[in-house]
Amino acid sequence: MKVIINGEPRDLAPRSTVADAVRTLTEAREGIAVAVNDEVVPKATWATTVVSENDRVDVLTAVQGG
Amino acid sequence: MTAETTGATSPTGTTGPGTPGGVRSPAGDPLVIAGEEFASRLITGTGGAPSLKVLEEALIASGTEMTTVAMRRVSPGAEGSVWDVLRRNGIRPLPNTAGCFTAMDAVRTARLAREALETDWIKLEVVADERTLLPDPVELLDAAERLVDEGFVVLPYTNDDPVLARRLEGLGCAAVMPLGAPIGSGLGIRNPHNIELIVEQAEVPVVIDAGIGTASEAALAMELGCDAVMLATAVTRAQDPVRMAAAMRDAITAGRGARLAGRIPVRRYAQASSPAVD
Repeated sequence: MKVIINGEPRDLAPRSTVADAVRTLTEAREGIAVAVNDEVVPKATWATTVVSENDRVDVLTAVQGG
Repeated sequence: MTAETTGATSPTGTTGPGTPGGVRSPAGDPLVIAGEEFASRLITGTGGAPSLKVLEEALIASGTEMTTVAMRRVSPGAEGSVWDVLRRNGIRPLPNTAGCFTAMDAVRTARLAREALETDWIKLEVVADERTLLPDPVELLDAAERLVDEGFVVLPYTNDDPVLARRLEGLGCAAVMPLGAPIGSGLGIRNPHNIELIVEQAEVPVVIDAGIGTASEAALAMELGCDAVMLATAVTRAQDPVRMAAAMRDAITAGRGARLAGRIPVRRYAQASSPAVD
């Protein structure tokens, strides 16, 4: 299925989770936050939250700024 | 404004309602925000550094204990991160909402920052346009109210407007952070009178945020009665960032000392400091 991860379309297996989506970008867990369709997904539920076709997954981290 | 600064004679020559309590040792004079103590009164930003190595050296030289970071999308394969630098040096991250133009965006960014960095503290920025990066007061108040309601410790970047600062404090913000001048401009403190008015009325710490270009301007901010200075560009884009970071550290200590010592009143004519000749 097609999922938009950080603005880029990607193919994920059906029933993939938020944790699977994060792993397409990074193995890190600390300092990372995820939103699906603009709603924050708590880290504790990444492994159990299933993403759906055309969901927008944003994976963010702290960068230099301010 | 902390109680011990109340009534100091200001650098612009006006006199407050009392007299300062005398010189305090730095060790006994911490910056206190939302009940947490900081020995350093310099909050640094991390934007604009030429490299992570220079940034790290500058942060260490500055003596800062709290440093802002922005939240952005993960770049695959990125090597090293500001997050690693802060953890390695025991510096507390203060996430910001830089790049947000609406209250809704700022609230969403704050929630993401809380999840990523496990902190309720947020430096709230809601700006009006790219050209000036000036705060949008309407969106700022809206965002501050929502974030305070959600339990965040909100440190808002605000205009040098005493009325807006009072409104933000009234909403429950833990500090107010008025600009000296637009972000990255290095124009110094354009309206010291307004900063003094904000300091006079504030019951929460006042942190000058943006506009500082060099050490004397950081010292002036402290002499005006600000509790702390937030800056980034003045250090990260200096020709020698590490040296400027140390200069800022010293300037803020000096300015704070001068504020607590209480400057002499400004006079129109001379006053002899030597005894009169008999």
